[in-house]
Amino acid sequence: MEFWIELVVSVFLVVGAVFVFIGSLGLAKLPDFYTRLHAPTKATTLGMGCLLAASVILVTYQQGYLSLHELLITLFLLITAPVTAHMLAKTAMHHKLDIIERTSDKELSKRARERLAP
Amino acid sequence: MLNTALMIAAVLVCLSLILNLWRLFRGPSRPDRILALDTMYINSIALIILFGISSGTTLYFEAALLIAMLGFVSTAAMCKYILRGDLIE
Amino acid sequence: MNTQPRFRLLPMPIHSLLLFVVWLLLNNTVAPGHLVLAAFLAFVIPLMTSGMQDKQPSFHKPLVCIRYVLMVIWDIIVANFEVALLVIRPNKRLNPGFIAVPIEIEHELPITILASTVSLTPGTVSAEISEDKQWLYVHVLHLTDKEEVIALIKQRYEQPLREIFAC
Repeated sequence: MEFWIELVVSVFLVVGAVFVFIGSLGLAKLPDFYTRLHAPTKATTLGMGCLLAASVILVTYQQGYLSLHELLITLFLLITAPVTAHMLAKTAMHHKLDIIERTSDKELSKRARERLAP
Repeated sequence: MLNTALMIAAVLVCLSLILNLWRLFRGPSRPDRILALDTMYINSIALIILFGISSGTTLYFEAALLIAMLGFVSTAAMCKYILRGDLIE
Repeated sequence: MNTQPRFRLLPMPIHSLLLFVVWLLLNNTVAPGHLVLAAFLAFVIPLMTSGMQDKQPSFHKPLVCIRYVLMVIWDIIVANFEVALLVIRPNKRLNPGFIAVPIEIEHELPITILASTVSLTPGTVSAEISEDKQWLYVHVLHLTDKEEVIALIKQRYEQPLREIFAC
């Protein structure tokens, strides 16, 4: 296998895996639910994008034709990640989960729960 | 080099699965557990993709796509359930 | 707002294109047989389902639309590096906060796209929409300047969407 293809694929794999790991690290270590929501929504989505890009490059090189079907999973994750995050945030506000003290404008979450204007 | 990169990636993804599992057990609230489960779904897709790369087949693509879809639908259903206490209104 | 289908035989052109592309991606081929089958599905499914759809505003400026998609992808990449740095830092230095962003676009599809974009870009997750669809509640991971975030969302994401949907 050519050296630079191997290099690009390896870099994509490691970067993607690091992002997936950071997403889960954020899930484990951040202080309250709303901050925890950020890490998996963003980091994991880009991490998966990198891993799938690596797969696209490698399969295209090995099979000799353009293989793009991994893009479907990326597209699907990109569309569903914000929907999941929105539903979870809605659920969290409904259940009045604890918000850490130094969050600014905590009262807004009460208005948001009733779906009123601030 | 590719094998080393695959190894590093697989170890990192497994570590993140363990972190998710910790959050799943720890809670403290139900939305936290749902979020942990949703992230576990996505990480398992990553693991399947890595396995597909290392074994050199594209057969696992369908499995990954199915897990992605089932993961999203089940997360949405669980959110809806604990939001309203009912799936269909 | 123009909700009438522009072509009677092709009531949802964007959906047709999407179906065509997704079918080819799913089978990972451009063999002639699959091209015919994809074209058939892309033609028939919208014809059968166009009656079930709620009327949504149509896309007006394809160029602005493409530019918007590319900009959002770039922002997602930048956002991820920012969020990764914020996550690695000690929790004590984090300043989360809620903000309420006044939104001017009206219809459900543009608002959904705006909320999804906000969720995917720098340190913000859209949490709720007010009942009258005038306010978007956003949780920010690291809030330094409230006005700046609101101005960013309005200029960078809402403005192109208003152009695209002409509302």
